Amino acid sequence: MTAFRAPPKHHEGPVEWVRVHLFDGVFNSILTLLVVALLAWAIPPLANWVFIDAVWHGSTREACEGATGACWPYIGARIGQIVYGFYDFNERWRADVVFAFGAVGLAWLVIPGLPRKGWVGGILLTVYPLVAFVLLSGGWFGLPIVSTERWGGLLLTLVVAAVGIVASLPVGVILALGRKSELPVVRALCVAFIEIWRGVPMITVLFAASSLLPLFLPDGLEFDKLLRALIAIALFNAAYMAEVVRAGLQALPKGQTEGAAALGLGYWRATVFIVLPQALRTVLPGIVNNMISMFKDTSLVTIIGFFDLMGTIQAGATDLEWASPNVAVTGYIFAALIYWAFCFSMSRYSARLEEQLAEGERR
Amino acid sequence: MAERLRHVWWRDTHWRSILAQGLVLVALAAIAAWLAHNAADALTRRHVASGFGFLEHTAGFSISQTLIDYSEEMSYGRTLWVGLLNTLLVSAISIVLSTILGFVIGIGRLSSNWLVAKLCTVYIETLRNIPLLLQILFWYFGVLATLPVPRESATLGHWLVLNNRGVYVPEVMFQRGWQVVAFVSILGIVGAALVRRWAARRQQLTGERPATWWATLLLVVGLPIATLLAMGVPFSLSLPELAGFQYEGGLSINPELAGMTVALSIYTAAYIAEIVRAGLLSVARGQREAAEALGLTRGRVLRLVLIPQAMRVIIPPLASEYLSLTKNSSLAIAIGYPDLVSVFAGTVLNQTGQAIEILSITMAIYLALSLITSGLMNWYNYAHRAEGIA
Repeated sequence: MTAFRAPPKHHEGPVEWVRVHLFDGVFNSILTLLVVALLAWAIPPLANWVFIDAVWHGSTREACEGATGACWPYIGARIGQIVYGFYDFNERWRADVVFAFGAVGLAWLVIPGLPRKGWVGGILLTVYPLVAFVLLSGGWFGLPIVSTERWGGLLLTLVVAAVGIVASLPVGVILALGRKSELPVVRALCVAFIEIWRGVPMITVLFAASSLLPLFLPDGLEFDKLLRALIAIALFNAAYMAEVVRAGLQALPKGQTEGAAALGLGYWRATVFIVLPQALRTVLPGIVNNMISMFKDTSLVTIIGFFDLMGTIQAGATDLEWASPNVAVTGYIFAALIYWAFCFSMSRYSARLEEQLAEGERR
Repeated sequence: MAERLRHVWWRDTHWRSILAQGLVLVALAAIAAWLAHNAADALTRRHVASGFGFLEHTAGFSISQTLIDYSEEMSYGRTLWVGLLNTLLVSAISIVLSTILGFVIGIGRLSSNWLVAKLCTVYIETLRNIPLLLQILFWYFGVLATLPVPRESATLGHWLVLNNRGVYVPEVMFQRGWQVVAFVSILGIVGAALVRRWAARRQQLTGERPATWWATLLLVVGLPIATLLAMGVPFSLSLPELAGFQYEGGLSINPELAGMTVALSIYTAAYIAEIVRAGLLSVARGQREAAEALGLTRGRVLRLVLIPQAMRVIIPPLASEYLSLTKNSSLAIAIGYPDLVSVFAGTVLNQTGQAIEILSITMAIYLALSLITSGLMNWYNYAHRAEGIA
């Protein structure tokens, strides 16, 4: 005989929450105490360094002399360079306009419920790059020319990332289609292309772009150094994009292509109207994740001598006018915050897309 | 009435595909020929030698860390090996460290302990979203370079010494007769494994598992210790000691290697943690519930039920993560760690100017590493495919 027992009491309240989530058993209690000890050991010195012992006022190196914390005046003094590089001071408004339009366009795409996303996306991919190019490099409509050597800072990082992303998507789609093609020669070429790029480190590709590409072009045909790097980055990233897209192509039920064929659509029409819209939709989160790694990888152009965000910060860290360990770390932390803000928001967006797609799949 | 199409060869898909592919090949060959012509032209104009003869020439520069015998009089070919071995060294150490850290954090993120789970989430979301290059520069210029001079080193007794010349740890020195101890220890482990197999067979046959812990203890711990004492302890520890202005003795890790290892391990661990988490989540919930219903403790549920099943999902992406770690180690050039890219595609390229040959060799080596890894992975997937599970 079992005795009747009252149902277990439903506990609530903060004390109960702490018991269940932090002190559930001996092991968990020890773990909690260890983590608390770790945080107590690490956070106060860190907070001290970043806020309390940090120098907040001043505009020269002297302000930070002898300080035992971050040197924020350095960021204040260098913010122009960190954002624009050596872009001519009087022309910086052009970069601002490009930033502003890009930001508005992206916000339009990301904020749910706004109309005509297709149009905005189309403009961002076609008209916007052209306008941005004309505005940034100048030479038309009376705008003074600003050579790409003067582009730098966050501006250059965003240009490299945007070009890499926009250019690698179509190339990646073509490569992915080629890899699934029924023509053996095309398939072999695409497989070789994708695997070679994916097999080598990006820095060797950038080296190749800066020292090999000029060799393979006819005498006299000079390529802008930035353009060479951009081509390398776009092709490199296209190989990774191709693998993302291929996953989408493989996930598509065979009935879709068969249905398209039954309707009398040829290969190209079936691909453009039936296969790609569905395949790209399913791998949208993967594409955004790819953009994140691409965005981080733009920092590699520092190694081949560009002054992107990373390069500007690194130049500042070794700059005699400011150089001190605190200044270097302050710069790294500031750059890390910028990179993190971009990448983290992209990863949140990707996670949201994933949820929305999963929602559509649920019946 | 539709007009009947006459059958002509250019409408035949078979011929059309051959024609299309032929055109692609001809176009590619033409482009390749054009590029080769330009390159040959450029090389003669710039008076750059070509061919792989330079590999025999004297290098004439020194390398700060060499795993094999190397001096300035040796050849460029030798520097290639030095660089490759340094790449493999930093990758191997980082792979071990990032795997340990990654598993701890990945499991921690799924912990029922709120604080642990949140801490692991913050770790992953922070480190994954900051470029690796920035992290390498931070550890090298921001942390390791700001460590005190050797005289004021941060020390943990003689076990760990940190200063701006690098990291020092005790080194185990092997004396005469250590091979015997090593051999006996291996024998002990093999013996213990045999005992376990015997016990497992007994369990299969009779349903009763004989106690093996004492035999295991004896074979794995007792036997080696007895041999060690019998041989008169053929090991000694070399501890780092301050001698004048620098430390001597012990195993010294230069700041470049230390910076690369720390940055690569910490960065990659965030990715491995996500792979581990996805793997653990992929195991059907019923498995865990059934294991708990059988009364297994939390640790055993993880060790005996969840991890073995999760491994099948974890291993393939883990291997490609190791591969990208190895490729990422090429960022060593930013802080001057003498890896393959830094030594060969950096210094040697600048000295000889033979960009085509050097970059081809460098890329081919990385490509070979990739192909070997993916070959092993295909073999693993084939050997461990889930049979009977749809």
